[in-house]
Amino acid sequence: MKYDIVIIGGGPAGLAAAVSSKENKTDNILIIERSDSLGGILNQCIHNGFGLHTFKEELTGPEYAARYIQQVQELKIPYLLNTMVIDVKFHSITYINKTEGMVTIEAKAIILAMGCRERPRGALNIPGYRPSGIFPAGTAQRLMNIEGHKVGKKVVILGSGDIGLIMARRLTLEGAKVEVVAELMPFSGGLKRNIVQCLDDFNIPLKLSHTVIDIEGKDRVTGIVLAKVGPDRRPIAGTEVHYECDTLLLSVGLLPENELSRKADVEISPITNGPVVDDELQTSTEGIFACGNVLHVHDLVDYVSEEAALAGKEASEYVKRGEIKRNTIKINAENGVRYTVPQRVDPKSMSDLLTVRFRVANVYTGRYICVYFDNTLIKKTKKKVLAPGEMEKVILKKEELAKYPTITSITIKTEEE
Amino acid sequence: MSTKELTCIGCPMGCQLTVDFDDKNNMVKSVTGNNCKIGERYAQKELTNPTRIVTSSIKVDGGDLAMVSVKTESDIPKGKIFEIMKEIHETKAIAPIKIGDVMIENVAGTNVNIVATRNIKNIAAKGIKTA
Repeated sequence: MKYDIVIIGGGPAGLAAAVSSKENKTDNILIIERSDSLGGILNQCIHNGFGLHTFKEELTGPEYAARYIQQVQELKIPYLLNTMVIDVKFHSITYINKTEGMVTIEAKAIILAMGCRERPRGALNIPGYRPSGIFPAGTAQRLMNIEGHKVGKKVVILGSGDIGLIMARRLTLEGAKVEVVAELMPFSGGLKRNIVQCLDDFNIPLKLSHTVIDIEGKDRVTGIVLAKVGPDRRPIAGTEVHYECDTLLLSVGLLPENELSRKADVEISPITNGPVVDDELQTSTEGIFACGNVLHVHDLVDYVSEEAALAGKEASEYVKRGEIKRNTIKINAENGVRYTVPQRVDPKSMSDLLTVRFRVANVYTGRYICVYFDNTLIKKTKKKVLAPGEMEKVILKKEELAKYPTITSITIKTEEE
Repeated sequence: MSTKELTCIGCPMGCQLTVDFDDKNNMVKSVTGNNCKIGERYAQKELTNPTRIVTSSIKVDGGDLAMVSVKTESDIPKGKIFEIMKEIHETKAIAPIKIGDVMIENVAGTNVNIVATRNIKNIAAKGIKTA
């Protein structure tokens, strides 16, 4: 089979990319999804707060997904479920499923939308046995919300990212006792609103600069030991506190799933752990585009949809025009800006406006976000507060860039007063 | 009069508010620690009439999934959360279910319905008998 665009992943990014591809007049599209339904991780995120930007109302995760699934069905975009892509190459995809076996198809353009997975216990080096009762927070979320299991009665949560906070509330509502949420860093990686509505509402303590240094129990978790950490993030002797619990949830970061991207020789950024892309969201391998959490981990699904719509549009353009020579320049991230997406832009063939998203390295108050064209300061915006948990953006204008025809790089950085 | 501590959720700044509260008249007297007006409005609402949307999931009979996710159709008084959860735990739904279907009417006397937030297909239609 030959397709114009094949989209790997049927979560929020894949769905929005498919809808956008179709709306941009590409007809021969296929979505490939490994699970048994479309919607991806949204289906287990049953809390509300999704869609304020996209639909101007607050939806739950499954409702947000259903809006896009409905569009995909109305636009008659074909999709395969229970189908795993096992190889991606330049203009070719190999997938496997129960009914067709192993199949290789051709695609003029490929959109990577595989999302991310959770960082597991094994990546943390916490001593102790391997008893049951240790769950990545998102896995516990799926077990409770979709499969209807109870995961534990007395719970400690390590990591204060949004999934950890949301699960603290969810477990409490289901009758479990959440003893404490511990965070290694001196600040929470989660949204303020989640700290208030998920922890403060239920008097769940949040211990910053703390980590789990021991897990007790052989068959089932029976307790953990928490210790304070110093500025070097190493435990401080004498600060150990024992907590009795039967469950430990880990909300310690998300990793973009780029095994397939690597097979297609796509260059991966060591900071985002996602592909390096240009302003068309095209990767270093021609005809392969990326969007959503496989590209960089987002905090709002609305931004995923927006980014994926761009990937769908640009992939459609690519299918129509074929590859053209693009002269991209680098967008540097400096002084407190950890990374940018995209990392490159072609000032000549870019769209009129380009949204560049980025994250900062630490919590900063009263800093400026500055944009430089080579060494010339172009824009300076004061920010009351910047936090690693909240993605930021700047917008680059083509007409502004056109005034600097010899530009060799753009730099985005924070500056103090 | 009493003094209350709150974290404003109006923006990422998360100002730590100290509020002088007139318990007798259920009124905010003064707010300090905020950097803008949002803090004052938040303190007023949060101390006189705090509300929340409750989301959860309900067991399903005969569906393609074991659970259907649900929410309160609009926000409810914060103090009612656990009463609402009790009713949710006592409820069982029967497939098929469409987004927006009412699962519990007037939950915990709040005049707010619990509605489904996910579509659930009926697997009995494929010849699997349900109890």
